[in-house]
Amino acid sequence: MKAQDTLLYLDGVSVSFDGFRAINNLSLVLQAGEMRAIIGPNGAGKTTMMDIITGKTKPDAGDVYFNGEVDLTRHDEAEIALLGIGRKFQKPTVFESHTVEDNLVLALSGPRSAFSALFHKQSANEAERIEDILYTIRLNGKRDWLAANLSHGQKQWLEIGMLLAQDPKLLLVDEPVAGMTDAETAETAKLLREIAKTRSVLVVEHDMHFVRELDVKVTCLHEGSVLAEGSLDFVSNDQRVIEVYLGR
Amino acid sequence: MITQWFFTHVDRRGGIAIALLVAIAFLVPLSNLLLPETSPLHIPTYLVSLIGKYLTYALLAVALDLVWGFCGILSLGHGAFFALGGYAMGMYLMRQIGPRGVYADPVLPDFMVFLNWKELPWFWHGFDNFWFAALMVVLVPGALAFGFGWLAFRSRVTGVYLSIITQALTYALLLAFFRNDMGFGGNNGLTDFKDILGFNIQAGTTRSMLFAATALFLALAVFVSSFIIRSKLGKVLVGVRDAESRMRFLGYRVDRYKLFVWTISAMMAGIAGALYVPQVGIINPSEFEPANSIEAVIWVAVGGRGTIIGPIIGAVLVNFGKTYFTAAFPEIWLFALGALFIIVTLFLPKGILGLYGSWRTKLADRAARKKDSAPPPVAAENVHLPEPQAAE
Repeated sequence: MKAQDTLLYLDGVSVSFDGFRAINNLSLVLQAGEMRAIIGPNGAGKTTMMDIITGKTKPDAGDVYFNGEVDLTRHDEAEIALLGIGRKFQKPTVFESHTVEDNLVLALSGPRSAFSALFHKQSANEAERIEDILYTIRLNGKRDWLAANLSHGQKQWLEIGMLLAQDPKLLLVDEPVAGMTDAETAETAKLLREIAKTRSVLVVEHDMHFVRELDVKVTCLHEGSVLAEGSLDFVSNDQRVIEVYLGR
Repeated sequence: MITQWFFTHVDRRGGIAIALLVAIAFLVPLSNLLLPETSPLHIPTYLVSLIGKYLTYALLAVALDLVWGFCGILSLGHGAFFALGGYAMGMYLMRQIGPRGVYADPVLPDFMVFLNWKELPWFWHGFDNFWFAALMVVLVPGALAFGFGWLAFRSRVTGVYLSIITQALTYALLLAFFRNDMGFGGNNGLTDFKDILGFNIQAGTTRSMLFAATALFLALAVFVSSFIIRSKLGKVLVGVRDAESRMRFLGYRVDRYKLFVWTISAMMAGIAGALYVPQVGIINPSEFEPANSIEAVIWVAVGGRGTIIGPIIGAVLVNFGKTYFTAAFPEIWLFALGALFIIVTLFLPKGILGLYGSWRTKLADRAARKKDSAPPPVAAENVHLPEPQAAE
């Protein structure tokens, strides 16, 4: 497959830390508009893969292309974010001493320079977008709350809302339902499916019920490379996947 | 129109602080100059200069809090920017002495004649003009901060490592300024000033005007800080303080934001130093002492970091305590200062203003419970303390 027809293209990517190969000859392709679930045991390299895509970690070898043409290994986190890749961390990371609304204001796509921020005035369009997102993430009643006072699940949603505000082409979502109640998990799956209608999403998740609810193509990572790829049923019937991951 | 513009950028508390500072900028000089010495409201000149000195410290504290309280950059070397501003002002004051020095050289300050220097070093040129010196007061600390910050923030030096190099910076400058060949008067520094802008620096009127200028600059600093903190840029800074990498993944160039606020802060500190020197009458390398910078951190911590006026309260209270204790019980002052820092760190993590805020919250809570209504959905603390809370 060629890089230019894809949204995200990883080919032969490797990276090691102190001799430990976190990612080993990993190849992964994501089409525009696709949602993909990544599963795999701890230490399989899921988070490191996200670090590479978002520019936090530079690979030792291999190609990482976004939108078919942009070499992501040449850009830093801020530039990659502006290219249109948003990231949700494993641990919900919101700005706790800001209100829910201010969290979204900061995330909202737009100029990012210090001077434009110093003299920034909210436009009607921006206010409307924030209103929409507050509604989407079911936090419109809590806009004036400090993010610190939200429940764990609400913080996860706020972070997803911040990603939406960034208006990315590709969303990287790291364990979005960790620590959520069953009801919140179901809501989150619904939310992500809604989001995936308009953009590409890459979800890392351990919760197999959740992955089943997403109902998308699944990639199983193991020791830094792809072990199996296909529908959830296909992957979960793979003997090696059962051995290293599901069987335990 | 103007008041409306003002209040979109300053909260109620900042507005009160600015009004009070402007008021004392007028009232204290009036009391000193117009009231007879027998009047109970008369403020003697020594006290005017003493409070003026406290206010320059308060200005330094406001500058420090802007980077530490709101952006999480703990500088243990802000005294360096203060001292550089002070030296720039001191150089102007030295040039004003002219032929009235001990050696009566029309151009060279006394210490240069003493060192047998034949002509003025190149970097002393221009300092006979007030405007040039005033420009250097902000440009020199600003340029140093910019260069330092550009290197440090781009390489993502943060936390305790950054604090240590700021400390090293001020210590390096301390050693450099001690050397006679640096051309800044070595160990003795710059002193024996006579005039500022043609007015006798010892005169009561001049002292009162210096006091007024200090209070007004402090009011301006409160306004500038409020403006920055209440803008979107201020929200970005607080975001950097609380979750720096999140900010980066949102597409913000964190290093540039830090560099901006760091440079502004250094310029404010430079202005504070420039106002300090004519009021105390001397600047020497001891102003670069790392201990001074650490003391400034204590002022901010005591008053309440991450608040705009907390640092002012902290700086004035701690220095008032210092003046009192060093006179009354000179041997225990350092212990008192150390104990104060421990107490504040352990029991008042948000400083005096934080204590006041939680007291207000408690009262509001009790009132709400009395009314038997549900507790307010908004974080009660946020209502009374609009400034973002410092990270624990």
